[in-house]
Amino acid sequence: MVRLNVLLLAVLIACALSLVTSRHQARKLFVELERTVAAGREFDTEYGQLQLEQSTWAMPQRVEKIARDELKMQVPGPGRVEIVGGSAK
Amino acid sequence: MRVGAAAMPGLKRGASAPPALPRFRAPIVFALIVLLFAGLVGRSIYLQWIDNEFLQVQGSSRYSRELEVPAHRGKILDRFGDALAISTPVKSIWAFPAKVEASPEQLASLAAVLETTPQALAKKLGSGDFVYLARQLPPEAAQRVAQLKITGIHDQNEYRRFYPGGETVSHVLGFTGDQDAGQEGLELAQQEWLGGKPGSRRVIINRRGDAVEDVESIRAPQAGRDLALSIDTRLQYLAFRELKAAVEANKAKAGGMVILDVESGEILALANWPTFNPNSRNRGARDRMRNRALTDVFEPGSTMKPFTIACAIDAGKVRPDTLIDTSSGQLTIGPNTIHDAHRAGPLTVEQVIQKSSNVGAAKIALSLPSETLWRMFADAGFGTPPKTGFPGEVAGRLRPAKSWKPIEQATMAYGHGISVNLVQMARAYTVFASDGELKQVTLLKANGPVAGRPVLKPETARVVRHMLELAVQAGGTAPQAQVVGYRVAGKTGTAHKLEGRSYANKYVSSFVGLAPVSHPRLVVAVMIDEPTAGQYYGGAVAAPVFSRVMGAALRMLGVSPDAPVDNVILPPPGAEVREET
Repeated sequence: MVRLNVLLLAVLIACALSLVTSRHQARKLFVELERTVAAGREFDTEYGQLQLEQSTWAMPQRVEKIARDELKMQVPGPGRVEIVGGSAK
Repeated sequence: MRVGAAAMPGLKRGASAPPALPRFRAPIVFALIVLLFAGLVGRSIYLQWIDNEFLQVQGSSRYSRELEVPAHRGKILDRFGDALAISTPVKSIWAFPAKVEASPEQLASLAAVLETTPQALAKKLGSGDFVYLARQLPPEAAQRVAQLKITGIHDQNEYRRFYPGGETVSHVLGFTGDQDAGQEGLELAQQEWLGGKPGSRRVIINRRGDAVEDVESIRAPQAGRDLALSIDTRLQYLAFRELKAAVEANKAKAGGMVILDVESGEILALANWPTFNPNSRNRGARDRMRNRALTDVFEPGSTMKPFTIACAIDAGKVRPDTLIDTSSGQLTIGPNTIHDAHRAGPLTVEQVIQKSSNVGAAKIALSLPSETLWRMFADAGFGTPPKTGFPGEVAGRLRPAKSWKPIEQATMAYGHGISVNLVQMARAYTVFASDGELKQVTLLKANGPVAGRPVLKPETARVVRHMLELAVQAGGTAPQAQVVGYRVAGKTGTAHKLEGRSYANKYVSSFVGLAPVSHPRLVVAVMIDEPTAGQYYGGAVAAPVFSRVMGAALRMLGVSPDAPVDNVILPPPGAEVREET
């Protein structure tokens, strides 16, 4: 009887300790999850900002200005266009 | 006492015994103790079960927090997925001036971070209960403010919406106000779709303030959804640039342009002038924000004539080569007389369109029952709003046929006494571009071709399309609308403006056309309001804009040319055909 009680006490202590550890683990993991979610949100924001930046750089106004002023490009006149393949229907 | 007495058996009770206690002392002390215990028990019962709210709240505030789960507004994208509107988090700095405790040095550095002068800052802090020191700062700047650690200065999270397209698409998109809620344009119309609803949840925190456990979700966040528009950013810019140039060159009051995809009914571009910059907090007069192409009506003038003619051809009243007597150049109905700007002999029906004869169109209209003509106009979408979902779009005015007087039926034939908006006009021309089907127009991206509602017989639509092609050739009213390498068709409009009840010497010049004629892909409608630089005929003011935009748009979309590159033939100077209305 005494031996059974001692055994049960040992089991009880083991269970209690494992509960404490798993609880601690769970909290640690949860904190990590929170951090990751927050980081994900930040990346999302950054992605939006990068998209915004891309859109701003790629706006036709700017592209046209650079093409005309810096690269000295122009639309070819009718005399300088040769239609290949696509014939007049 | 008894124990003590028992332990000292040898002692006699008597002189050394303590003086006798008063008889009631023990019961009184006992009663007092009982009373105190009862008080304690009562208080604890009261706190535990009756008035427990305060302590519960205090307790939970020490271990649990309600966290806001942010949800940002959806993006607006163009048809290729490029961003037209994006929300990004910013911070606003606010303070209760009375509670601010800051040294002059701190205020000076705060002013430097906020890019203002210490004087201006002091003035803001010297007044009122609540004051915003700065709105919508970038997060980095807000971080620097927080690092100054000034008592009484707080920040709050907000979203700010950016529009990379700036003034070119501002009328379509509209803008958002405080709290990032839609205020104008599609931002307003699509608020339900775009708007995000922040959620909140309760968590348990540890002593460092980190959340360690989820307790419950109080409100699930609902993220805003992205919205893909039918707008093609390149065409939008092209339309905007050309419209702006035309309005400025003609010293006009306003202008509008619409580019429609014939197959899907999508609005590829919708430009207005004057415009505004949606990124600026100070957007200028409300007047500049109106999307005139959808919310304003005008009397279209001659761009209505093809519908009159199509109606007569569809009803079998006339054929393209039927002669109409227009030789006098005028037509008198009761007290009113209709004039032609350009007098010619008898014209065929085809030539009525080509030369834009008011008398011809009026005579043809008068040969039709008013009910039939009304049905044609109504079927072409006049008098009903374009149903793009845009806030404030108008239906225009098409009066019921029963109320038409003969003079009104005659003037309606060439677009007076009826009012339309520019998108309606462009939509109506899809009838000629698509072999007789009226397409539903949309500002949202569509997937592929959409079936329209049949309005005309396909042969009629093709015949009228041919007439419209004649109108842009050397003998027509709009040779300047021709495009190198492509066959185009279209109609000019030069309408006197109605001011009060009479027509003023002010004009609305317009052109609506389609191309390539062999297999129409685009409808472009241009409207210039009150050109005052000398020219006011639609053929001289609006047609060249149409030509430039249509040509560039077809090239951008990679539509193969259906005409040789030397197809443009302009009439000799002085031989242009003019039209009025």
